[in-house]
Amino acid sequence: MKQLVILSGKGGTGKTSVAAAFAHLLSLDDAPFRTVLADADVDASNLELVLSPKIITRESFRGGLYARIDWNTCIDCGICEQVCRFDAIGDTSRPQFHRLAARRVAQSDTPSSPIPELPIVDPIACDGCAACVYQCPVDAITMHDQVVGEWFRSESRYGPLFHASLRPAQENSGKLVTLVKQQARLLALDEDYDLVLVDGPPGIGCPVISAVSGADMALIVAEPTAAGVHDMHRVLETTAHFGVQSLVCINKADIYPKGAAEIEAFCREQAVQVVGRIPFDTTVTEAMVQGQPVTLFAPDAPSSRALLEVWGQVTALLQNGVSP
Amino acid sequence: MIIAVASGKGGTGKTTVATALAQALAHADISVSCLDCDVEGPNAHIFIRPTLDHHKNVDLLIPEVDADLCNGCGKCAEVCQFHAIVVLGGQTLVFPELCHGCGSCTLVCPEKAITEVPRTLGILEGGLSPDGINFGHGLLNVGEPMAVPVITQLKSWRDYMDAEVVILDSPPGASCPVVESVRGADFVLLVTEPTPFGLHDLRQAYELTQEVDIPAGLIINRDGIGDPGVDVYCQEVGLPVLMKIPLEREIGQGIAQGKTLLEIHPEYQDAFQTLYAQIADLAANGGDR
Repeated sequence: MKQLVILSGKGGTGKTSVAAAFAHLLSLDDAPFRTVLADADVDASNLELVLSPKIITRESFRGGLYARIDWNTCIDCGICEQVCRFDAIGDTSRPQFHRLAARRVAQSDTPSSPIPELPIVDPIACDGCAACVYQCPVDAITMHDQVVGEWFRSESRYGPLFHASLRPAQENSGKLVTLVKQQARLLALDEDYDLVLVDGPPGIGCPVISAVSGADMALIVAEPTAAGVHDMHRVLETTAHFGVQSLVCINKADIYPKGAAEIEAFCREQAVQVVGRIPFDTTVTEAMVQGQPVTLFAPDAPSSRALLEVWGQVTALLQNGVSP
Repeated sequence: MIIAVASGKGGTGKTTVATALAQALAHADISVSCLDCDVEGPNAHIFIRPTLDHHKNVDLLIPEVDADLCNGCGKCAEVCQFHAIVVLGGQTLVFPELCHGCGSCTLVCPEKAITEVPRTLGILEGGLSPDGINFGHGLLNVGEPMAVPVITQLKSWRDYMDAEVVILDSPPGASCPVVESVRGADFVLLVTEPTPFGLHDLRQAYELTQEVDIPAGLIINRDGIGDPGVDVYCQEVGLPVLMKIPLEREIGQGIAQGKTLLEIHPEYQDAFQTLYAQIADLAANGGDR
């Protein structure tokens, strides 16, 4: 079983449109792989918008421990505020913390006024380190976890899909990415699938590192713009850092030919294979609005033909065992 | 006034808007600084073209255990929520990549065997642009998972936050790096494209602004593609649409070459100044909520 991850360094390059096209092409009768799909962009999971999945199992994702101060026990010594390095604890006399306190008081069983002048934890700023818990001399602080998202196993029109949604303003997206990938992998191993196709998150930080780990190959979707070239460099450095073989395809290749040439020259220099140039094509957006992969929506569109070509090259390279 | 530009989804034109707003204000002689908080893939410098002559490492203080003083009691490992310290066979080991730098271990060590040493996560770069924008950005080192400390330190770097207007170009998404970017902002300017993908991610981003309790407004970029979903949503939730930038090949090509929106279409100067006035208004009213 192999794992292919689609990355971009930046959002909006067409990663999900490429992943959706691959999912469609991989479901065709003559496809070389039986595939499990995983959407690892848990912040902005868009793959489901084109695959019309039917949710089979839904599980909550707990994480994001945060501290809470019991005002009945608190002696207002200020130690917790001193030890917190995340500026997550503050006295209610500070405006930001006053607003929090007002909300908490309003939500309590016995709303009181005035608002007590005691320290309060901003759960969004709290990193969950619990330093305050251990330093509090009167044990007034405890840690709490909360449901911060959900993950799903679905049946999509192109096979099993694992995806998730993280609630806004929550952390631990790297952990949720790992979980989604793990579940996809387990199913693939259990039911003898050949490939796990992962639609990756943007950037190079924690969720991307989670998405890249264990991958056999990364397909990087690059845009031929001044910014796109810069992003591609950073993501190629990241895949190299983790020892994952990378391929590049250039999306909207014709909007700025000089940028496309720059990408090709850079890839040649770094011995990274460029596996295709997808032209700028408004059909891709039309397909997205219709909730369909472009290769299904308009198989003869220039973008679809280019994607078929990219897909052919990628699957051939995967089959030939580029990575042990 | 601090304005954070955010979007949920990448590639919607956040940087296009942030740089155009910064330029428009600078041209109107308003003191402005622009901080690119997308430390995983910063791009604003390509358009603003600052002379990046200020540099500063982003260090996180992580524990170092003095083996002579350590008696292997394991208190440090017990309090570490991130499994960054373990005690094996009486030896205390630190895993730097897992450490969040909270200092809890140092505080609890009864033998005072732990000191904190800096570990470099990335770098800050800053300088002035030709049109007088005080610019700064952070670069997360490749292979480094934690973007948040880089953003935190960028936002507290030098006198950037002293300008009359501070524009923060946020990373995509709606999780911790974005929260860290918009924290303390007076207004969040959301940017989206009018497609189902754009709408899906806009919901997340708008909910985030609600969660952190900061007033928000929207710019629709590439207006003309997609469907009316975004407009309908904005009406439903009462999110004001402050500007629409049409889908235009000329704009796309110009930006691909590293030009700003104001360089491609100088007539946007007035539109962005008006936008600023609207934002100031909304931020003032939002503060009363």
